[in-house]
Amino acid sequence: MTNSWTDIRNTDLVIIMGGNAAEAHPCGFKWVTEAKANRGAKLIVVDPRFTRSASVADMYAPIRQGTDIAFLNGLINYCITNDKVQWDYTKAFTNATYVVKEGFTYQDGLFTGYDETKRDYNKSTWDYEIGPDGYVVSDATLQNPRCVWNLLKQHVSIYTPEMVERICGTPKEKFTKIAAMVGETSAKDKYMTSMYALGWTQHSKGSQNIRTMAMLQLILGNIGVRGGGMNALRGHSNIQGLTDLGLMSNLIPGYLTLPTEKEATFDGYMSTRGFKPLKPDQMSYWQNYKKFFVSFQKSMWGEAATAENNWAYDYLPKLDVPQYDVLRVFELMFQGKVNGYLCQGFNPLLSFPNRKKLTAALSKLKFLVIMDPLDTETARFWENHGEYNDVDTASIQTEVIQLPSTCFAEDEGSTTNSGRWLQWHWAGGTPPGEARKDTWIMAQLYQRLKALYQKEGGAYADPILNLSWNYKDPGEPTASELAREMNGSALEDVPDPTDPTKLLLQKGKQLVSFAALRDDGKTACACWIYSGCFNEAGNNMARRDTSDPDNTGAYSKWAFSWPVNRRILYNRASADLTGKAWDPSRKLIEWDGAKWAGYDVPDIAPTAKPDVVGPFIMNAEGTARLFARGLMRDGPFPVHYEPFESPIANPIAPKIRGNPVARVFKGDMEQFGDAKDFPYAATSYRLTEHFHFWTKHVEINASLQPEFFVEIGEELAKEKGIKSGGWVRVWSNRGSVKAKVVVTKRIAPLNCDGKTVHIVGIPLHWGFTGVAKKGFGPNSLTPYVGDANIETPEYKAFLVDIEPIVGPTA
Amino acid sequence: MSKYQPYDVMPGDKVNASGDPVTVDRYTGSARINHWITAASLVLLALSGLSLFHPSLFFLTYLFGGGDFTRFIHPWIGVVLFFSFCGLFLRFWRANLWEGADNTWLARISDVLRDKEENLPEVGKYNAGQKMVFWSMSALIVVLITSGIMIWDRYFSNVFTVEQQRIAVLVHATAAVVAICVWIVHVYAAIWVRGTISAMTRGQVTGGWAWRHHRKWLRELVTGGRKS
Amino acid sequence: MRFEFELPNPPTQDVKSDLSERDWVRRSASTVPPPERKLTSIAKLIDVSKCIGCKACQAACLEWNDKRTEVGVNVGVYENPHDLTPDMFTLMRYTEWVNPETNNLEWLIRKDGCMHCEDPGCLKACPSPGAIVQYSNGIVDFVHENCIGCGYCVKGCPFNIPRISKVDHKAYKCTLCSDRVAVGQGPACAKACPTHAIVFGTKEEMLQHAEGRIKDLKSRGYANAGIYDPPGVGGTHVFYVLHHADKPEIYAGLPNNPRISPLVNLWKGGAKYAGMAIIGLTAAFGLLHHVISGPNRVKPEDEENAKKLAKGRAS
Repeated sequence: MTNSWTDIRNTDLVIIMGGNAAEAHPCGFKWVTEAKANRGAKLIVVDPRFTRSASVADMYAPIRQGTDIAFLNGLINYCITNDKVQWDYTKAFTNATYVVKEGFTYQDGLFTGYDETKRDYNKSTWDYEIGPDGYVVSDATLQNPRCVWNLLKQHVSIYTPEMVERICGTPKEKFTKIAAMVGETSAKDKYMTSMYALGWTQHSKGSQNIRTMAMLQLILGNIGVRGGGMNALRGHSNIQGLTDLGLMSNLIPGYLTLPTEKEATFDGYMSTRGFKPLKPDQMSYWQNYKKFFVSFQKSMWGEAATAENNWAYDYLPKLDVPQYDVLRVFELMFQGKVNGYLCQGFNPLLSFPNRKKLTAALSKLKFLVIMDPLDTETARFWENHGEYNDVDTASIQTEVIQLPSTCFAEDEGSTTNSGRWLQWHWAGGTPPGEARKDTWIMAQLYQRLKALYQKEGGAYADPILNLSWNYKDPGEPTASELAREMNGSALEDVPDPTDPTKLLLQKGKQLVSFAALRDDGKTACACWIYSGCFNEAGNNMARRDTSDPDNTGAYSKWAFSWPVNRRILYNRASADLTGKAWDPSRKLIEWDGAKWAGYDVPDIAPTAKPDVVGPFIMNAEGTARLFARGLMRDGPFPVHYEPFESPIANPIAPKIRGNPVARVFKGDMEQFGDAKDFPYAATSYRLTEHFHFWTKHVEINASLQPEFFVEIGEELAKEKGIKSGGWVRVWSNRGSVKAKVVVTKRIAPLNCDGKTVHIVGIPLHWGFTGVAKKGFGPNSLTPYVGDANIETPEYKAFLVDIEPIVGPTA
Repeated sequence: MSKYQPYDVMPGDKVNASGDPVTVDRYTGSARINHWITAASLVLLALSGLSLFHPSLFFLTYLFGGGDFTRFIHPWIGVVLFFSFCGLFLRFWRANLWEGADNTWLARISDVLRDKEENLPEVGKYNAGQKMVFWSMSALIVVLITSGIMIWDRYFSNVFTVEQQRIAVLVHATAAVVAICVWIVHVYAAIWVRGTISAMTRGQVTGGWAWRHHRKWLRELVTGGRKS
Repeated sequence: MRFEFELPNPPTQDVKSDLSERDWVRRSASTVPPPERKLTSIAKLIDVSKCIGCKACQAACLEWNDKRTEVGVNVGVYENPHDLTPDMFTLMRYTEWVNPETNNLEWLIRKDGCMHCEDPGCLKACPSPGAIVQYSNGIVDFVHENCIGCGYCVKGCPFNIPRISKVDHKAYKCTLCSDRVAVGQGPACAKACPTHAIVFGTKEEMLQHAEGRIKDLKSRGYANAGIYDPPGVGGTHVFYVLHHADKPEIYAGLPNNPRISPLVNLWKGGAKYAGMAIIGLTAAFGLLHHVISGPNRVKPEDEENAKKLAKGRAS
């Protein structure tokens, strides 16, 4: 989230698209209810299904799954055409005025530089014109036909309301009504918030879905303001924390990146990071990259990381592929190239696509270690559960070791919520039986590995042997110790350069924030963005002060919000070029002539003059990007691509299947199904009654939604002779499931490109362990392909067929 | 030798002429057992039913070991009553068939009450009043068992709608009140008409009792069915 | 900012219950002396327009009352369990309704459960003294040790709420968390409701809050938004804000003008007295007749006649 849960109550308009906040985030949804009840805010829901969110919406419009970009580009087009643009904001705070290099073009769904065999682009033309002064060329008048604004205008012009209806199936009147509501928030004192979740990420163009809405929010002036923002609703209580700490295989904590094979030297690695500003006097915060990186290395390897060995740069693995995402790892496992798998708090057998392939992959492992509080399906993948897990146990040689772990309520520590708040919690119960904390398991594993290396040696044991491990009990680091390590501390005294009698940093003391980090090895910090969470003031994550001066929704003394307790990112953008709030009634920070001050921690140098330094300091431009340059694999502007399995050909580029640069492994392309064999558009989702695959182990949750079902509309049911409450078989080109069926008015057929499209909804909470009725997950059906940029699997749009069956006899 | 059998002479009905006074066998042992099971059930049903009918009578549930058990046992006693009464019905229905003379008897009900039986036609095994008790009880028991089942929550709560149950509960209560009244009439008549009770205790009445109250029946027994 | 009507967290020390038999205003099949004090009338307001149908209220209800319902099956609807049960005192009921005026689908989600009527039909119907009581704050509660499981409350209830357990044969329904209210807490469902669609306070506060909600709904085009606080049962201590208050029946059959059924009124009113009177009169008639007419005895001549008749046959 750019903003926070509590800030949503400040909004004028909520748009829920690519998510179902009421259903999947009912507790956070209370802030929408508050905004509606107290501010008269309106709620728009755009979804293939009439969801629980839609049930309390002011405006609902259906959309075919996987067509969000067409809808959003349509909104951008509407705003541009109807002059619903926050012009001052757009001109000053985005790259609208920048001139793009000669040679960049877009045609028939593709940008310059496409290589079909590599399924990739040569992105050299996807950049700005750079002037002789080394800075970007811009045209404040927006007259230059090659400025970002004019290219964008041109790019989205085909997404007319008629085209939106043709692609998305959204009736034109509903679309234009929504567009008018959204367009109103281009006013300087009207803000819209975007709430989205897996409905946008789980597509082969998930990143672009989100990016398109971000672009819309930017031209409406809704980023960095109270009640605005791009608000990703994270699925687990701590998935934001996991992401922050390097969830992705190409990241190290704090969104620093792991070196690739090509970056054999530290200097080489550093040369492509720490971006030089593209505008004069602009602050480019990544120029501090080295401070963050060196402090991370010091935190990892302490005295073994020295200036001489480039801060132990060689200890870091170098990636030979862009990333080892879950799809790639299971593909390699499937190919027999993975021997062992440590599965910590994860249930891949139900979480990754194409279950048949997953079972085959797991069966090729030598060993599988499961760390989980629950008896997961993955842990039991080898066990025959009749049709629910029809495997030949005798033929599976994988050794499975289950290590029971504690659950969140039995453990102390912090979780990071969607709004980036690190909230400390205390153990509420004692773990049962032999369950141990994950930290204990990992520490024990490390101690034994280290002992083995010490005894037997091994190839390049240094990273293991030299790992910094300064915990009171090396066998079980405490949550506080780990949190203090993430905050960072001074390894040496650092004198104040202006007054050598004073100390800037005192050896051994916790750092106030990442502003104190150094690239000379005198500070250590495990996760720079978390710095400030546990400093000399104490454990800031454990703060429980609910005061909120002037009811801004910031709650600055509750817990700790990264970075530096900032509640709204890019908050400098809440004020105009003179530093005054766009909306005086929703003041956030303002320029008082000498510095920035207000209700939040300024997201800019406190003394950076408002008309000089741009608000988006994490970009070298200082502005937000409507044109993404080469940072997105699938294009600097978002294009509507159909899902890989789509009921219709792409109306704007009929020859292109799916996202043209999404990675598809050999064999998986052949497993995509076509509309002639699989005529119905399926989508997967979650229900309020359950949390993923956990709560089917809980009696109450199981009783509130006991049995696997699929949902279809009344028209399809009639066509197929399916009765609500009966049994159906649903199958794709990869698998088949049996389910109860709920026939509902909430799923209506759509008319897309002249074709009636029926939707089949498949919730995902059932498996073959737990106390709920045994069932299947949609991943038995879903295709093995991910987002072109970050490889999130395409779970939200695929093709199936359906037929009524006689149910199993109980 | 086949004999003409009047409709109101039942197997076991017999005059013992040798005795003094003459005695008449009116009810067999099994008929008496059947009657007393029915009678006991009816009394228990009335008591348990009334305890749940009016708060002032709730104390009667103590006779049954409390409200819970009263609620539990009442419908089961009802089932016993129903089947037991079915037994009586099968035994007695023929003898209770209505005749022309019954109308005359009924028309002279004031003579009945004033004990002026000489003004009444000769009566068979049952007089019109007894027949009316018989038939009204038969009808009431059908109504009671039907409505009772409808409000028997333990087994049938899901079979009938609440509105149907509301009607049933009202019908049940009304029928029960009438049944209790009929029962009172029945019992009172047995007490008032002295010599009657022995029919259901020993199975016998005196010849004089039969002569006085059921002369036609007595004659039939004496003549063995032959028309005199 | 605190939420309006935010309920307190549980106390950490023991708190004495402030709700006792001294606060009873009605007691089934019996009478109670008028209470010395009158508690403030309380109410739970269910704002259907804010409800997202998450079933947190159901989960909280099961947790607080320490009940579990069976892991059943899907029968083609979202309701689980499929109806109120002796263990599930509250149930989200889902109705898909196409508004004929706008042609838009509306998913009406109503939390069903005891309404805590000012004039409770269950209490009226109950034959067991003290099995159902009404407190002066409006809570209608079942006292299970006095319940005999007859199911009369089911027939008395205009909302079809009580359910009789097949296990212990007692009647169960929402208690409005009388045990929580007694120690200054609110109902578990209200505490758990994430969108504050369920709020709890004094009836007056709730009515006032509802006014504001209705204004908001009217501003959003729900011209018939209103409260559902049916006068037919004297008003209720659980009441609704509905978008379409003119058509309560579209919310999974919420009765349009609920009142205690005339059949029940007859049964528990006139019939009760008339029945007793008729029985009494019949008995009295017999007694009177006996006093006046005396016993009907068999005369000696009857025996003689009988003997003659019998002998005549014998000879």
